[in-house]
Amino acid sequence: MTSQSVASPTTAPIVARGIRKHFPGNARPTLDGVNLTVEAGRVCALLGGNGAGKTTMVRILTTLTLPDEGTARVAGRDVVREATQVRASVGLVGQYAALDELLSARENLELFGRLSGLTRRSARDRAGELLETAGLADVGRRPVSAFSGGMRRRLDLATSLITTPGVLFIDEPTTGLDPEARHGLWASVRSLAAAGTTVLLTTQYLEEADALADDVVILREGAVIAQGTPDDLKKLVGEPRLVLRQPTLEDVYLHLHATAPEGASAS
Amino acid sequence: MTTSTLSGPVRTRLWRDAAIITGRTMRHWRARPGVFAIQLLFPVLVILMMGGLLGGAIAGSAGDYILFVIPGVLAFTMLFGVETTMIAVTTDAAKTVTDRFRSLPIAPGAVLLGRVMADMLTSALEIAIITVAGLALGWRWENGLFAALLAYGLLLWLRFGLLWVGVWAGLKAGSPEAVSAAQLLAWPIGFLSTVFVDPATMPRWLGVAAEWNPLSATATAVRELFTGAYAGGQTWAAQHALATAMIAPLLLTLIFAPLAIRTFQGLNR
Repeated sequence: MTSQSVASPTTAPIVARGIRKHFPGNARPTLDGVNLTVEAGRVCALLGGNGAGKTTMVRILTTLTLPDEGTARVAGRDVVREATQVRASVGLVGQYAALDELLSARENLELFGRLSGLTRRSARDRAGELLETAGLADVGRRPVSAFSGGMRRRLDLATSLITTPGVLFIDEPTTGLDPEARHGLWASVRSLAAAGTTVLLTTQYLEEADALADDVVILREGAVIAQGTPDDLKKLVGEPRLVLRQPTLEDVYLHLHATAPEGASAS
Repeated sequence: MTTSTLSGPVRTRLWRDAAIITGRTMRHWRARPGVFAIQLLFPVLVILMMGGLLGGAIAGSAGDYILFVIPGVLAFTMLFGVETTMIAVTTDAAKTVTDRFRSLPIAPGAVLLGRVMADMLTSALEIAIITVAGLALGWRWENGLFAALLAYGLLLWLRFGLLWVGVWAGLKAGSPEAVSAAQLLAWPIGFLSTVFVDPATMPRWLGVAAEWNPLSATATAVRELFTGAYAGGQTWAAQHALATAMIAPLLLTLIFAPLAIRTFQGLNR
């Protein structure tokens, strides 16, 4: 992400200018003149508390919600006038896993692959690849209703990658996940970014933004209050300090998961 | 890794995408065979219940009443079966699966049309099962095969019109719980008609209301087509049941299909 003066709006995969959205019945606008640019191959974290407008911004950029004012181009296309073209270029992982619970993991992938324009055979092959990548190959034929939260999230991410989109939107990717699943999902996002995918993710977890983002945009009450690289933003609160830190319980949990032999129990 | 690129306008394929959604619904039947079987057999239960419990009181004998009620139950089932699709549409929206569909480059209306097509297959199965049950209970069509096929066509046409109302209502309902409440309305709509009793036995104002029910037009037209005997009635709708049975679903489709598609596209906007 760069400021408007530096960014090249014609080439950046995500460019939004002056986005405003006021839902009827709300006292104030959910988004009030938001500018945003995400350069190719970068991971941008949209950071903010509940009600900051993160999800609405993602919904506008993925054509699910219309802005009241402002313009946005994703993958070079206007999100309002060229919605179908935008949809063909992006992947969306929503806040809640959007899966068909009655179908198997493989059937979900094939269904959304076919609806994304793949042939039956391509969808089948791509589903197989994604099940492998997501670590779900062994359970690919089980109904999604039997999946844990972490497995659903992995499958949800895999589903959004069925056509290998150039731009990926992930809304609150790790809410409700245990630390192991969270770190697994972070690894997936890193590997997508390394392969050149542009990622815009929303989060309310500071450590998530710190761990994943090349750029951070902080939203409060529908307005951007700060933006920059994580290092730039950290400088806003003073010079670096040397801090001694004890391991957190999360560190302990992850260490135990990584080192405990299969089937081991403390009791 | 190769990423998707745009080299020109993206073309959506309505019928292809709708057929894929139909296939998805058929997989649901396989995933829940018990629920699907109950849906298919419910009309037979209604025939046996109405015939056995009320047939004697209404028509003098259960056997006579069953012969009268089978065309009515066929029309009644076209209304009652809609609730399955209504719940499915609402559940998809509540579980954000609809958002996933809306984020894909598919034709507006493909998801809903696919749902409607799957339901039309269910309707055909329901009609077949009621027909077999009717034949087993002694009912016959007496006016030739062509008239019978026309009657079945009218039933499917009614279902098609009602489905768009159901899809629209399902999208508007917001939650499966709200749909459950709306389902209760199917009972008064189903009973305030010529499906189970002759409206001549009702108070005049109620009989008029019953005859203008689109369900009544189809039930009466289907009875006339199966028997070859003119049923008539006190209103234009009853006296021209065949025309009403063709016009009413057309009007429902023309009004509610665009409304449903617009609601689907505009969800949460």
